[in-house]
Amino acid sequence: MDLIRMEKITKTYPGTVALNRVDFHLEKQEIVSLLGENGAGKSTLMKILYGMTAPDSGDIYYRGEKVSFKKPMDAIKNGICMVHQHFMLVQAFTVTENIIAGSEPVNSGFVDIKKARKEVNELIEKFHFNIDPDIRVEELSVGEQQRVEILKVLYRKAGIIILDEPTAVLTPQEVNDLFVILKQLRDDGKSIIIITHKLKETKVLADRVVILRDGKLISDNTKPSEVTTKQLSEMMVGREINLQTRRPTSSKGDVSLRVSNLTVIVDGRPRVKDVSFNVHSGEILGVAGVEGNGQTQLIEALTGLCKPESMELMLKDKQISGTSDNFLKAGIAHIPEDRLSMGLVKEMSIQDNIILGYHRESDFCLNNGLLKKKEIHEYAENLKDKFGIKAPNTEVAVSSLSGGNQQKIIIARAFSRNPEAIIIAHPTRGVDVGAMEYIHQQLIELRDNGAAILLISADLDEVRTLSDRLLVLFEGEIVSESMPGELNEIEMGLLMTGGRTMIEVGDKS
Amino acid sequence: MTDNMKSVKKIQRRQSFANSIGALIFSLLLGMVFIYVIGYSPIESYKAIFGVSLGTVKGFALSLSQATPLMFTGMSFALAYRVKMINTGAEGQLYIGALCAALVGVYVTSLPGIVHVSLALIVAFIAGGLIAGAVALAKAYTGANEIILTLMLNSVIIFFTSYLVNGPLKPPSSGVGQTERIAESAQLTRLIPQTQLTTAIILAIVVALLVQFLLDRTVFGYEVKVTGQNFKAAKVAGINVSKISILTFALSGAIAGLGGAAMVLGVNYRFVEGFSPGYGFAGISIAALAAYSPLAVIPSALLIGVLRAGTITLSRTTSIPVELVDLIQVLVIIFVAAPTMIKPIYKIKDKIVEKFKTRGKTHGGEEL
Repeated sequence: MDLIRMEKITKTYPGTVALNRVDFHLEKQEIVSLLGENGAGKSTLMKILYGMTAPDSGDIYYRGEKVSFKKPMDAIKNGICMVHQHFMLVQAFTVTENIIAGSEPVNSGFVDIKKARKEVNELIEKFHFNIDPDIRVEELSVGEQQRVEILKVLYRKAGIIILDEPTAVLTPQEVNDLFVILKQLRDDGKSIIIITHKLKETKVLADRVVILRDGKLISDNTKPSEVTTKQLSEMMVGREINLQTRRPTSSKGDVSLRVSNLTVIVDGRPRVKDVSFNVHSGEILGVAGVEGNGQTQLIEALTGLCKPESMELMLKDKQISGTSDNFLKAGIAHIPEDRLSMGLVKEMSIQDNIILGYHRESDFCLNNGLLKKKEIHEYAENLKDKFGIKAPNTEVAVSSLSGGNQQKIIIARAFSRNPEAIIIAHPTRGVDVGAMEYIHQQLIELRDNGAAILLISADLDEVRTLSDRLLVLFEGEIVSESMPGELNEIEMGLLMTGGRTMIEVGDKS
Repeated sequence: MTDNMKSVKKIQRRQSFANSIGALIFSLLLGMVFIYVIGYSPIESYKAIFGVSLGTVKGFALSLSQATPLMFTGMSFALAYRVKMINTGAEGQLYIGALCAALVGVYVTSLPGIVHVSLALIVAFIAGGLIAGAVALAKAYTGANEIILTLMLNSVIIFFTSYLVNGPLKPPSSGVGQTERIAESAQLTRLIPQTQLTTAIILAIVVALLVQFLLDRTVFGYEVKVTGQNFKAAKVAGINVSKISILTFALSGAIAGLGGAAMVLGVNYRFVEGFSPGYGFAGISIAALAAYSPLAVIPSALLIGVLRAGTITLSRTTSIPVELVDLIQVLVIIFVAAPTMIKPIYKIKDKIVEKFKTRGKTHGGEEL
């Protein structure tokens, strides 16, 4: 018998059908990968199961009985738990305290911390979680914090665990560790649903793949061993996808962007330590690294958002310093890491957003400070067509567009001003396969036109596919420079976490 | 074109319009409860209030003149809010502007009318701007909270002006705290004789048009909007957010200063101690009612002006106090700031509508 059966679930939001008569079922002891692009409805489906939103129509059966969860607490009581993408942990609490928070064992009005510790310890040992129950959460790595989240749901006796994009923030090693744990949990009798758009991981982990597209069920019984990732991606997007092929540069020119002796100190702690590198025109230089190893500070220094302790920045033969305005004017475009919050003003129109940062240029304003409304309108309409931004006109609010189209506005804005250099951070974070393909194509096209591109990304696949040369940043230092293909994924992962690879050691000796 | 694909302006306008109207209606309804409690007929009272202020020339003139200082303070608050700053100091800036206008009006003499008036306005404008600008500077460089600073400054300014008009500036013959009467050349022209309605209202409308133009059509206004709506994005776009915030806040104070000057040059003809019955704070509700659009501040202030004029007249013959308007103003702020408070009522309405629809359908089904 199915553990969970959802039948003909329909959910509409104003203007869109999020789910259209979708069926879903989950059996005991299996790992299901719920695959789909952003907006395909996978999160909505799980929110309905978890009691966070109510479906318009459709039935949910749990162990054969019809249920309707009004709030997440109802689902949790029935052993259905969710691990959210953004961890909900109290940094200053210990692991044990975090795990028991909300369902503390009580002894005559006091928290029975001894009993709690014992129970937590048993769980940790049973599943080989390898975590100290008394350490504060703030001292844990991201992967370990995720394990605390999983412990939390296990402590609540979850039988069904839903994980929302669990690997988005992990290093390759951490992903492997997570998968080992998840498989153990399955063998122990739990059922697991992971919401994801990553195909490789789906293939490695899942027993069964359920694919959603545009709110419709495409397949609910694909065996990952029977399909290729290419087939999976095509089922997901609905058309042929071309992602994994590398296109090395053929137009590498002279050094364009020259960064020397860059040091950034934040609150007395050096975050970037005396880093120097060059980017040639017609080259994509990738910077890989686990988040929090100085990437943010590196980006801020190179775009004028923060003033570094020391830096010499040359673009062609011009020295650049000062505020972000100077950097933009000099021709260093910036596609920020958190694009929707740092790159767009959601309440404003496409027109207003597409000139943001360039609004002081003579194309868009007169000397006396008046905006050239007509020219801006024409420019925006032009870019809308050129970059295929799907919107009825350029006066609509950016907030009414889909995530992919919002991304396109930022790309269109930066790429249309013929920048000499581009600093682009995590270009495809939170972006679905279709949009990812688009962004990659645009980047390569821009590179082929002679721009110098600095690509900062935590996604190893991405940097490895796009870059013409690769740096690894660890604790603010460049620990490796290599050509793509020179290092494999495991070696890169080791470098990113502070280990040295065999090759590195061999080179040095 | 689907529902969520309308143009920005249309959506925003429609939403804020519905919000404001809803807030106003609920405030007026609650005002009726208040009138009922103190023993008058709510409907008759509202009839009288609107009858006086809209039905008679004098009443209408009073409405307009009551609305004039509110237009300035409303605009002041609305503009500062565009960079997400709260100018609770309009009251103090109003007093500074008024004092400066009075000083120019009294002590600068033998100027032609137009020059004298302009000079007084400019000095008031600068004074209000400097006070607010200083606050914004303190915020930008030390992180001081502008709400606390402006509120404290209000007291400092109001008491300081009180001291001046009870001490050094007090005319020997006067029994109350006030300055000398300003020169005739500094007095604004009355639009309707024997009323307080002067050209100040025209100035208010012109300022509103200018501010709206500034926001919509200039690079400065664009940067103001970006800064207010997404601080981080503004920084990434190379906008000097501190400079924009300081300038906008200073301009906000300057407009409040103009409001004070308008009161001196157009209504009282001298600086009178404690002349404002809270115009500065009324500006908050007027700006909220106008959804922080400078141009919409004009009708919004007019509406409150009509209510004020009506209750002022009514309070002479009944015991309905002028404070009724204050009550309504405060309710407006609450409802605009917390639209969710009215939402349950909308929901009930939706449910009733839905019920009627489905009932109609099922009835149809049965009959068939």
